[in-house]
Amino acid sequence: MADHRLRSIQGILGEKLGMTQVFDADNRMVPVTVVKAGPCVVTQVRTPDKDGYSAVQIAFGAVDPRKVTKPETGHFRKAGVPPRRYLVEVRTPDASTYQVGQEVTAEIFAAGARVDVVGTSKGKGYAGVMKRHNFAGLGASHGTQRMHRSPGSIGACATPARVFKGTRMAGRMGGARTTTLNLTVHAVDADRGLLLIKGAVPGPTGGTVLVRTAVKGGSTGGAVPA
Amino acid sequence: MHTLDILDAASMRSDVPDFRPGDTLKVHVRVVEGNRERVQIFQGVVIRRQGGGVRETFTVRKVSFGVGVERTFPVHTPIVSKIEVVTRGDVRRAKLYYLRDLRGKKAKIKEKRYTVRG
Repeated sequence: MADHRLRSIQGILGEKLGMTQVFDADNRMVPVTVVKAGPCVVTQVRTPDKDGYSAVQIAFGAVDPRKVTKPETGHFRKAGVPPRRYLVEVRTPDASTYQVGQEVTAEIFAAGARVDVVGTSKGKGYAGVMKRHNFAGLGASHGTQRMHRSPGSIGACATPARVFKGTRMAGRMGGARTTTLNLTVHAVDADRGLLLIKGAVPGPTGGTVLVRTAVKGGSTGGAVPA
Repeated sequence: MHTLDILDAASMRSDVPDFRPGDTLKVHVRVVEGNRERVQIFQGVVIRRQGGGVRETFTVRKVSFGVGVERTFPVHTPIVSKIEVVTRGDVRRAKLYYLRDLRGKKAKIKEKRYTVRG
């Protein structure tokens, strides 16, 4: 398997429209997440000579030009495109094949391609350890008193006389950048710019997601062996 | 969920007859055996319809050699080539799970009588 840093990565920003189901060629039901991908525009190409790494920067989404900061306005003016809402960089060794101002649409992916989807997960608020870290909790009976969902012991006593850093406890859950690896593109609707991705992707409906070529695993594009 | 209605419309069938729980159906199921395809008929009483849009499913119950058999189909599945309504049933609830506990004549559903309004 090729090192993922050598793999040509394509990416596109989009909006999650929600989940539904479709029937495949074998009449089986397939759960899909619909992502309205793009159109995105290339705003900058990072080169090893100038920036020390190779990447392509893409922008997506309508935004009121008055709300864009002056530095960003200048950045978009340099690229010669109207300002967009979101900016993201996709590291790829073949960034030099892109031109500034070039459009990126959902057609970069074909049905059967393996992709990763990056999004911000739904916020769960202050969550206990059972929900947050999949702890088992304590017993429902056998003398457990008002501690049914508690973590139990969080460490030893006089040695070390403290709680270790990183001990899993209750706290804020969700609302963090989350990547789901190796999803399959079930279908691409080029006319409407829709990607039908098999399975669930992070974030709420209406959330912004980055769909990019899978960085891990074997086959990345075209037909996947059944 | 209305944003995806246009997409769902492509998967939905327009040839599904109007049927309700209590109705007796003949469901023509396409069965693939190797590279041959044939149609199998599953006849029984609809005991439930649930879900909406492209997700909607219905369950048909029949008694085969004394054993109750229930099959759930998505309403819009392509494996069903045809749905025929044999009889309309007269029932008072939406989920006919009580049929599972009944056998023989008691498990029979009265046919719906339509009164002609003058």
